[in-house]
Amino acid sequence: MASFDVIFLGGGPAGYVGAIRCAQLGLSTAVVEREGLGGTCVLWGCIPAKALLEAANIANRLKHAAEFGVTPGDVKLDYGVAMKRSRGVSTQNSKGVEFLFKKNKITWIKGTGRLTAKNAVSVKTAEGKEEKHDAKKAVVISTGSRVKGLPQAGLELNKTTIISSDEALTLEKAPKAITIVGAGAVGCEFADVFNAFGSKVTLIDVAPNVLPLEDADASKEVERSFKKRGIAILTGAKISGVKAGKSGVSMTVEAGGSKETVESDIVLVAAGRAPNTEEIGLKEAGVQLTERGFIKINDKMETSVKGVYAIGDVAGPPMLAHKGEREGIVLAELLAGKSTHGMDYNNIPNATYCHPEVASIGMTEQQVKDKKIDYKVGKFPFSANGRARTSGETEGFVKIIRDAKYGEILGAHIVGSHATELIHELVLARTNEFTVEEVDLAIHAHPTLSEAIAEAALDSLGKMIHA
Amino acid sequence: MATKVFMEALSPTMEEGRLVKWNKNEGDAVKSGEPLAEVETDKAIMELVARGDGILRKRFVAEGESRPVGQLVGVIAGADENIDALIAEGSGGGSGGGSGGGAPAASAKPPEAVVAKTTENAGATSVPQTSAQSQGEASMPPQAKIEASGNGGPVRSSPLARRMASERGVDIGRLQGSGPGGRIIKRDIESAAQSGGGGHAVASAPARRAAGAGDFEDVALTQIRKTIAKRLAESIGPIPTFYLTSEFDLTRVSEMRAAMLAMGDEYKVSVNDIVLKAVATALSQHPEVNAHWLGDRIRYHNRVHLGVAVATDDGLIVPVIFDADTKRMSEISRETRELAKRARERKLTPAEYTGSTFSVSNLGMFGIDQFTAIINPPEVGILAIGAARNEVVDVDGSFESRPRMKVTMSCDHRAVDGAVGAAFLQTLRRCIENPLMLVY
Repeated sequence: MASFDVIFLGGGPAGYVGAIRCAQLGLSTAVVEREGLGGTCVLWGCIPAKALLEAANIANRLKHAAEFGVTPGDVKLDYGVAMKRSRGVSTQNSKGVEFLFKKNKITWIKGTGRLTAKNAVSVKTAEGKEEKHDAKKAVVISTGSRVKGLPQAGLELNKTTIISSDEALTLEKAPKAITIVGAGAVGCEFADVFNAFGSKVTLIDVAPNVLPLEDADASKEVERSFKKRGIAILTGAKISGVKAGKSGVSMTVEAGGSKETVESDIVLVAAGRAPNTEEIGLKEAGVQLTERGFIKINDKMETSVKGVYAIGDVAGPPMLAHKGEREGIVLAELLAGKSTHGMDYNNIPNATYCHPEVASIGMTEQQVKDKKIDYKVGKFPFSANGRARTSGETEGFVKIIRDAKYGEILGAHIVGSHATELIHELVLARTNEFTVEEVDLAIHAHPTLSEAIAEAALDSLGKMIHA
Repeated sequence: MATKVFMEALSPTMEEGRLVKWNKNEGDAVKSGEPLAEVETDKAIMELVARGDGILRKRFVAEGESRPVGQLVGVIAGADENIDALIAEGSGGGSGGGSGGGAPAASAKPPEAVVAKTTENAGATSVPQTSAQSQGEASMPPQAKIEASGNGGPVRSSPLARRMASERGVDIGRLQGSGPGGRIIKRDIESAAQSGGGGHAVASAPARRAAGAGDFEDVALTQIRKTIAKRLAESIGPIPTFYLTSEFDLTRVSEMRAAMLAMGDEYKVSVNDIVLKAVATALSQHPEVNAHWLGDRIRYHNRVHLGVAVATDDGLIVPVIFDADTKRMSEISRETRELAKRARERKLTPAEYTGSTFSVSNLGMFGIDQFTAIINPPEVGILAIGAARNEVVDVDGSFESRPRMKVTMSCDHRAVDGAVGAAFLQTLRRCIENPLMLVY
């Protein structure tokens, strides 16, 4: 039995970042985590997936290396090696968080936590012992989310032939044929990876475009690139008649007015995540959930029970690591009685790391249209950008949607190499209410990919230089 | 969790406030929304309300002292909560007197600097995810800066806010920012433009009838309207004003007052009450003058919020009779008297003197026959009421002595053309010369 100011249930990005901030602000802090520190992001999401995508990028770039005067010998692709490296990177990062906990004197309570009262948790340790701990100021639920499969479409996860990203991250070798259901960020990233490692990839989504939450132009650019690389894309699709055998899965897919049978060794379900709200004592404590099953919070991240807070995936979409991290920081500042800027849910960037990368901030053009805002679009293709041409990565564009009158950046969308890094100039601009004119006023170094952003800003003002 | 009590901007133009009286002692329990103290602003004596629950642990300001807006004046916290840091912060501000911003800044800085340093180190441990932390640090200006802003210094604002302010004619210097470190951002301009170019809306302002979608209609300017606006503004000041004078016959108004008085003293109404009711009725039929000029568009209001100029010892103030067109004469009469009384006692809340859609100024009681009133922007018209006098007039070929009254309407020519103003006065004449129209 120990007593802390704040106890976090769950050591993912929301929980561990919130805990570090709490500790920095002088609160005694503990985090209950049964697996490794870092959560889905570090162990089963962002980090290992990006490590695999980097492997895929190397494979793809090698195909064009000869054009640069570098002709590689016999190129061998081994998914198992890439997988092991990605696991290594995950472990390293998890250890990094452990180091940060020690440095900030945060207690890691290893085990499965459960809320027993509004200010107390019990933890079941790996050895089966039951410990009780007190939280004087707050219990923060940061238990995250998990893959849940699509049982309603007949795609119950069996972990061998119908798998989730969790299993995909530990496959020893790339399957001959893989069907990926769900063409959001996760689906597109794995399509990219397995395509690079030689699998026959079919990407399926019920939405009319891949990356359905992104601007339609961005989705189309990715589709074009994927198709060129031989990824089969079935959008607006309906799945029926799933037959999962020992060595493969066959299913009927209706798309574009025709029906076809898709056979594959493995089906990767890359759609649907469920918040982890069960078996942590929420119901007993009276913590209310939303209709969609997330914990209901207000703008101070308070739940319906005083002293109990929720952040990260479990507290509602968007289920993104950086959203959870910021919620953790804001909550820590609130708990420490510091003034805080609160959460700005309108300025959370999206990033998809397939090739070409896709990144965005703010509204899509369709959303702007739906809101009947008078707008102008500026667009600059990387094919007209010097730096992109030097590296032979000319796919994609920068698109900026601005308010016609005030120049406010309503939305910005980048497709192309390093898009997920480039977007932050526009995130910074939007967060601080710079208009397209301030973006143009900033001198951009030449030659850089970032020049495309300045050009798109200029284009939205009708005075583009290089196209 | 501790709640800081700040000197709040209790009127749109308030820069500092004098704490007249504390309603709570140190150690008293307070609830969010409860009045903590009375504060004298530039316009009135207002209540400073609690923004959190707990115990009023500390008062930094003695009764009778003034503090600039944004300065810490007290702390609400739990009974056993440690508020030493806050006390250090608040006491620092007091000793610094008027230019108190510097002291709390200095006292708050050292711990923050330490935090920044540790984060920097964390970033250097080659653990990629920690970048999110240093990012968080960078996007939040140090605590010290937040405390330092709010009194003096240049106005901090975002580029987008500056642009919107200049195009919408909002005086950015009068606003209180709600962004990081008190920076003025888009939502501040939007709320200011909505409340009529005034200031930051006070959160505790009592709501009138809930605002609805159909309360007004924004109409973008036509080209001809734009040209008229530009050329006329070039010719005469920022508001190209013209004046329309008309003389109304008050025979029936007098008869009506006499008849009502005959029913008993409680039914007594003044000429002014009847005129206000008539103006409100006429406005409801003429949204083209019940409007706001917003620079890029004209907002035609479907509700009539009538501003009534009241002279006080401290100067002119214009309290508002909300939804005047839907109120009975007795209500208008009672409300006008009540608002005038509260105005003279300097007890009006900002919500009571902002939001008018058209204004009336009456100097008849001072024996003024006729005058011109200055438009209260963003309104597009104001009606100046002169004294009622008996005049000999030609009635169907014979001379008769009749009670008469001159009114002069000042019109913003950018929004209101001569004929439009005249049409409104025609309707008003019909209402006043035939007061039965007011019950039609």
